[in-house]
Amino acid sequence: MKSVIKGTGYILAHTPDMVFYNGSTQTTERIVNPDSEYLKELPKHLRKYDQAVSYWPHQVYIGNKTPEELENTPEPYYDKVCDCKDRFGKYGEIIPEDEFYLLMQASDVFDLVMLEKGFVSKTKDKFAKDQYIDESIVARVKEGFDLAEIEKCVKEEHAEGLYIDFKLVGCVKKAHDVDPNFSAHVIHENLVAKASSVLALIAGVKNAGISKDEVDFVIDCCEEACGDMLQRGGGNFAKAAAEIAGLNNATGADTRGFCAGPSHAIIEAASLVAAGTYKTVAVTAGGCTAKLGMNGVNIVKKGLPIMEDVIAGFCVIISQNDQKNPVINLDIHGKLAVGAGSAPQNVIGALVMDPLAEAGLKVTDVDKFSPEMQNAEIMKAAATGDVAEANYKMIAALAVKRGDLDKSVVPTFPKERGVKGYAPIQGHIPSGVPPIGYFRDEMLKGKMNRAMIIGKGSLFLGRLTNLFDGVSFVIEKNDGSKDSGGASEEEVKSLIAKAMKEFASTLLKAE
Amino acid sequence: MSILAGKKVVIIGDRDGVPGPAIEACAKSAGAEVVFSSTECFV
Repeated sequence: MKSVIKGTGYILAHTPDMVFYNGSTQTTERIVNPDSEYLKELPKHLRKYDQAVSYWPHQVYIGNKTPEELENTPEPYYDKVCDCKDRFGKYGEIIPEDEFYLLMQASDVFDLVMLEKGFVSKTKDKFAKDQYIDESIVARVKEGFDLAEIEKCVKEEHAEGLYIDFKLVGCVKKAHDVDPNFSAHVIHENLVAKASSVLALIAGVKNAGISKDEVDFVIDCCEEACGDMLQRGGGNFAKAAAEIAGLNNATGADTRGFCAGPSHAIIEAASLVAAGTYKTVAVTAGGCTAKLGMNGVNIVKKGLPIMEDVIAGFCVIISQNDQKNPVINLDIHGKLAVGAGSAPQNVIGALVMDPLAEAGLKVTDVDKFSPEMQNAEIMKAAATGDVAEANYKMIAALAVKRGDLDKSVVPTFPKERGVKGYAPIQGHIPSGVPPIGYFRDEMLKGKMNRAMIIGKGSLFLGRLTNLFDGVSFVIEKNDGSKDSGGASEEEVKSLIAKAMKEFASTLLKAE
Repeated sequence: MSILAGKKVVIIGDRDGVPGPAIEACAKSAGAEVVFSSTECFV
């Protein structure tokens, strides 16, 4: 059974106050240098919601613009207003911070999120109008609390404040007095990941045109961990988000691998469907508060707006072959094995060149490669460089070495075979998966035949190994053929007879 | 003679550029003494 990509969801939550209060660059600065110029300057560099919505890379992420249109629009993007300013796109939406707080509260089943009464009543109606938010979620929004109670929790109980324009409107409480895994900081981080995953799941299911009950299994691949002091990473974000999203027929489990998590999860999901274990699997991930404003120091120094001001989420729905949607070809996949080595040519060799060679394909048989899709203008402003382009150059160099490509076309290879990076710097989110929705659309239109997704993960950040990891897989246009149901009894008998005949003839020859 | 021969070297590699172990192998082959090597992730 082949596995196909039935639909995708890509969502953003614009959270400028969380940049200031929860981004790890800012929280660290507040500890080591509380009076720093950076912290004083930062608020002036935060964007308003309208600015975040009309930001080119965000419109590409939610599907109103294509990566090609972005490529044909010269940088920079931070000073341009995209001609599409829609909150909702083909794949999802950009939810504002106030509504996202309501979604966090609706996603919380332990009464840990407190929102101020007036804030709730002011925001609830517009939250209810969100096309992805149904009555079951709206019904979970509580009346709220007096501001004095919230202030007390923040001042005396170490709760994490929730702010709009630097004004306190709510908080996330700690879940235990002494367990560090249940600190308000960790609970806040996990509820943000959960709520953004819920929104991505709902968008993914809706865009796939299936009912919520058709999803059998959910795999969460974000980079957070939930559990108490006895099982710090016990999980399970997948089933927790599925519950709020209303996927009543699904169970789920989490897959982790730093930024490579999404690629691992999609290979697993495609394999589960191909094996017939589940008919429909949703791969999902919410976003990461710690990475908000991660490169803020360099960005502010250059006088630029903070572009790392969104929490992101994605969902890919993988289902049985419908002879229409693009296929995940499990015969072609790369892996960075323990013994593969870490030199760039070894990495791209293992993830790109080897699996293509095994399948008898050249680099030029792949229309588009999608490695690290980090927003290129942020990476350049942060002095890290265009990560996606670095990957394309290495693929091109190895392709020349193998004779797949003429040296003269190396300079144009990134544009021709690559996708310009446009995804928020949210770790696992940009890792290979953002253009899957776009690739699906292009393959359904007959404009693209094959794309390769490459995910890499920095395992060394966990301090258990110095290795990093990577896996890759290939998506292909569906040729419309039905899956073969295996050999018939007659075919099996014929094969056995043929084998016995050949065996007998070798015996005769031996005599 | 290599400019790294006999020198103490600190290496900070980039996962999406040239990782630490790869630089380490080059530096050692040029006669350097690697006193610290790590790979960092900037994304």
